[in-house]
Amino acid sequence: MPLQSLDIIRRSATTTPEPEVRGAYTGTVAKLIDVTKCIGCKACQVACMEWNDLREDVGVNFGSHQNPADLSDRTWTLMRFTEYENPKGDLEWLIRKDGCMHCADPGCLKACPAPGAIVQYANGIVDFQEENCIGCGNCVTACPFDIPRISKRDHKAYKCTLCSDRVAVGMEPACIKACPTGALVFGTKEDMQEHAAERIEDLKSRGFENAGLYDPPGVGGTHVMYVLHHADQPALYAGLVPDPRISPLVHLWKGTAKPISLVIMGLTALAGFFHFVRVGRNEVDESDEAAARASLDASRKPEARP
Amino acid sequence: MNSSARRDTVLRYPPGVRTNHWLVALAFVLAALSGLAFFHPALFWLTNFFGGGPWTRILHPFIGLFMVLVFLSLAATVWDDNVLRPADWQWLRQWRDVVSNREERLPEVGRYNGGQKLLFFVLVVCLLGLLLTGLAMWRAYFTLPVGLVRLASVVHAICALVLICAILVHIYAGFYVKGSVQAMVRGTVTPGWAWKHHRAWFRQITHDAHPRTRAD
Repeated sequence: MPLQSLDIIRRSATTTPEPEVRGAYTGTVAKLIDVTKCIGCKACQVACMEWNDLREDVGVNFGSHQNPADLSDRTWTLMRFTEYENPKGDLEWLIRKDGCMHCADPGCLKACPAPGAIVQYANGIVDFQEENCIGCGNCVTACPFDIPRISKRDHKAYKCTLCSDRVAVGMEPACIKACPTGALVFGTKEDMQEHAAERIEDLKSRGFENAGLYDPPGVGGTHVMYVLHHADQPALYAGLVPDPRISPLVHLWKGTAKPISLVIMGLTALAGFFHFVRVGRNEVDESDEAAARASLDASRKPEARP
Repeated sequence: MNSSARRDTVLRYPPGVRTNHWLVALAFVLAALSGLAFFHPALFWLTNFFGGGPWTRILHPFIGLFMVLVFLSLAATVWDDNVLRPADWQWLRQWRDVVSNREERLPEVGRYNGGQKLLFFVLVVCLLGLLLTGLAMWRAYFTLPVGLVRLASVVHAICALVLICAILVHIYAGFYVKGSVQAMVRGTVTPGWAWKHHRAWFRQITHDAHPRTRAD
């Protein structure tokens, strides 16, 4: 049935294997965002709007080049601008393209209660299937990067798809296509890591000794990676999480607690059944009724006492 | 001779309490089924009872709020009778006698026994927890810091687990002690039932019906 993707390695709220016969034998994919090459033109934002037919409401100027102010159900990628004064007293304009990081271990998928509302393909892309989404917002609760947004109009969760529709037919994501400086590149994750290594070597030779790759191991690595000039301080870049991981609370809630709780409930019900089998019901017999009548009679006729 | 015992039954739950109890019960069943649907994938099919996933997500918080409201009303009525006293702790410590039908070894029980009182306060705590954490999770109306929502989600699940288990025990106890369901459905018990299971209460109501008895 080739109209199905047949390469789903994980599916939300599903405990049996998914159709996954097609593997990523040529390697998983990754988008590399070289922050050091970005000029902040927002061509990627426009390309995303154009390819995905998304139009954000016209907002207000909040004193930054950043526009719109935040990610939303209709803004799946956003250039976040930070003015950073470095220790030498120079101004650095840090521009980070924000959006879904496509974690290898996605918190959103772990927390989603709706079967098939979130899937992970063999190539590494984490995709929302909005027709299965129930709008609960568990993905928002679980995401270490604060990416998914629930639409106020249709109450479905939205985020970057890494252009899964384009990638599936061998094209690169729309944002990559639009980038004029080569700050955005797309390929296999391995190739992107090699490319990043070259860039980092170059940056180090030019005085950015802390340059490095952002591919956080806490979420199993990501299929969207950053080259940062200050990889030792990711938070400089509009609060990029230094060591993202699925919160232990989410692990407890949507991992350990789920099966254990079902077992506890089942055992409680079974305990009742077997108590009935072994002990039976607690029934009132005639002697109790007689004792009650005797007590009633005693209290009813106080005047009869001597 | 105006005693209710004349009719060979004792009124245990008046119509208002019975109505209130069954409203709480109905709300509990709906809240539990809709909540469990989101708790484990194996139970997602329960959303079918509520019109599908999105409808279940929409309805669950309102059902929960309704349950809290009707429970508050019930709790206000029965709170005073549920305050745990030393005899109740003694009763609870002898739980082995309770589950083995050795009632004669237990301290005399008033309107409610130690188990019923404990259940009552477990319900109070769980429902308060479910209410506060549920509001924090209610994205349609509230947006709280994500750390708080994560904590709320875990506490919501724990409170729900404790509540569901407590209610399973409550339902079984109602079946186990024959005559309890009749008491909550039709309101009355036999004098022998009151004598066997709630002797202190039985003495109290029969005395209250004849105040002169005490004057003797």
